[in-house]
Amino acid sequence: MSGAIDAVAAPPRPARRPLFWVSLSIVAAWALVALLAPILMPHDPTDFVSDDPFAAPDRIAWLGTDYLGRDLLARLIGGAQITLAMAFLATLLASLLGGTLGLLAAIAGGWLDAVLSRIVDIVLSLPKIIVGLVVVAAVGPSMAALIAIAGVVYAAGVFRIARALGADIAVLDFILAARARGEGARWLVFGEILPNIVMPLAADFAIRMSFAILFMSSLSFIGLGVQPPRADWGGLVRENLSALSAGSWAPIFPALAIASLAIALNLLVDAVGDRRQAVRARDE
Amino acid sequence: MHPVLRFAIGRLGVALMILVAVSLLIFIGCEVLPGDVAQVSLGQFATPESIRALHQQFGLDRPAGLRYLDWLLGILRGDWGMSITTRVPVSRLLAERLSNTARLAGITTLVAVPLALMLGLLMALRAGGRFDRVASIVVLALSATPEFLIGTLAVLIFSVKLRWLPAVAHVSNGAGLLQFARALLLPIGTLAIVVTAQIARMTRATIVNQLDSPFIEMATLKGVARRRIVLVHALVNVVGPVANVVALNIAYLVSGVVVVETIFAFPGVARLMVDAVQARDLPVVQACAMVFCFAYVLLILAADLLSVVFNPRLRRVARVRGAGA
Repeated sequence: MSGAIDAVAAPPRPARRPLFWVSLSIVAAWALVALLAPILMPHDPTDFVSDDPFAAPDRIAWLGTDYLGRDLLARLIGGAQITLAMAFLATLLASLLGGTLGLLAAIAGGWLDAVLSRIVDIVLSLPKIIVGLVVVAAVGPSMAALIAIAGVVYAAGVFRIARALGADIAVLDFILAARARGEGARWLVFGEILPNIVMPLAADFAIRMSFAILFMSSLSFIGLGVQPPRADWGGLVRENLSALSAGSWAPIFPALAIASLAIALNLLVDAVGDRRQAVRARDE
Repeated sequence: MHPVLRFAIGRLGVALMILVAVSLLIFIGCEVLPGDVAQVSLGQFATPESIRALHQQFGLDRPAGLRYLDWLLGILRGDWGMSITTRVPVSRLLAERLSNTARLAGITTLVAVPLALMLGLLMALRAGGRFDRVASIVVLALSATPEFLIGTLAVLIFSVKLRWLPAVAHVSNGAGLLQFARALLLPIGTLAIVVTAQIARMTRATIVNQLDSPFIEMATLKGVARRRIVLVHALVNVVGPVANVVALNIAYLVSGVVVVETIFAFPGVARLMVDAVQARDLPVVQACAMVFCFAYVLLILAADLLSVVFNPRLRRVARVRGAGA
């Protein structure tokens, strides 16, 4: 291809290199906060540290207090643990379910592929938040329900990608050779195809985790997710929403936390994609 | 028959089938799963007799299959059943709220789509340039920002600190146009920011992708000016995919609407549904879910049709597929 076209499609982007490191550190920092939450919390997130709701930040409560006079920072750290754990589990569930079924559909073809693909078509043609609302209406709000809903709903998207990636590879010679050797479906999926599509699936995992965070936070924000006294970040925004009229920043902090993590995950995948493109361009 | 028409009819059939499947899923979700409506609606101290009476009143004692058919036929007649908590026909509740939500989503679309297309085009025009690099990052970041951050920040700045706009979007029936506009400015702005970011991002990607194709290379080699390549050669070919992107993103508005109606206490369908879920008023939940799914499926159908209508090559695919079906 001519140089002019390449410059358009994959321009050298030195400015994005720092973006990679910034976004990676944000994701890593939140992951650390979630893992070390019990150590990092300055107070118990359910303890009342002040008589004043929505007190301004001071030396005891660095981010001020929430609507009941609890330490907002402690609740934010506790929320990080809940939010990240739920999103990670849901995305893991989605990836395992969607990835396995997608690859199976790709190598099996036939009626199995047809049936699974139709089911996925239906799931993808439903607005996710509405599915969440209907299921919550039926089984009541709980963390397990939230993880299960997000896991199943996002599995449909993973299925599409895994099936497409798998179908591209399933026609290559080494798969043909493996089939000729008489390998079973399990080896074909996990031994031959999976190692070749790990990178795109990992990128998809990060993006999907950011979707899961937004999805679950939204449900908690409208009051149908994690129930008090526990709260994920979305729940914290909801709890403290009434502080807005007093001009307090209490609901803004958890909302910023969600945004920072979701944005960092997206920028990270974007930057890694650029890097891979850059590497490829150099190889050529 | 014209292949596009045949494709359209085929897709319409698929959409109808999906809607029927969805209605079945919604019904099963609400009826078969645990959680008795009557128990919840009557509270903890309900006697078995009063629960049975309520079951009879709402026909809950009949077999589920029969009730599903009744419900589905009722929807076709415009009869969505009775709200269990308010004892009002669901259709009346829906009618009040539907126009509000439609207005919210409609005006957001009118604001966001032209803005997003212009932004996406500008970015693609100088892909890799400084403006594109900065705008790409901003747009990616905004598309991953939850509506409730933008919404709460907007309330804090414009209603609490500056006192320009109301924090709560109360829309009374006799409200004048100005009051209506003031009430809706923050909700629409919040929704429009996220939707604009998403559409702009995908529009840019579509155009840049198009610029990578051989016929553009040919035009470049011929010595056609860059601006002309983008505006004339590439643009005709991206109308389809971009129309697809726009329709899909309007469909994504559904989740934004749910959050934004909650932040601003906006009297729309989403708010109705959230309240009904909290009260476990299942007929209302079912009706709202059907309304949202209907709009969603319709928009995705529109996205599919638009991309076929504008793409001659897909039209050929449509012909093959139509013949095969």
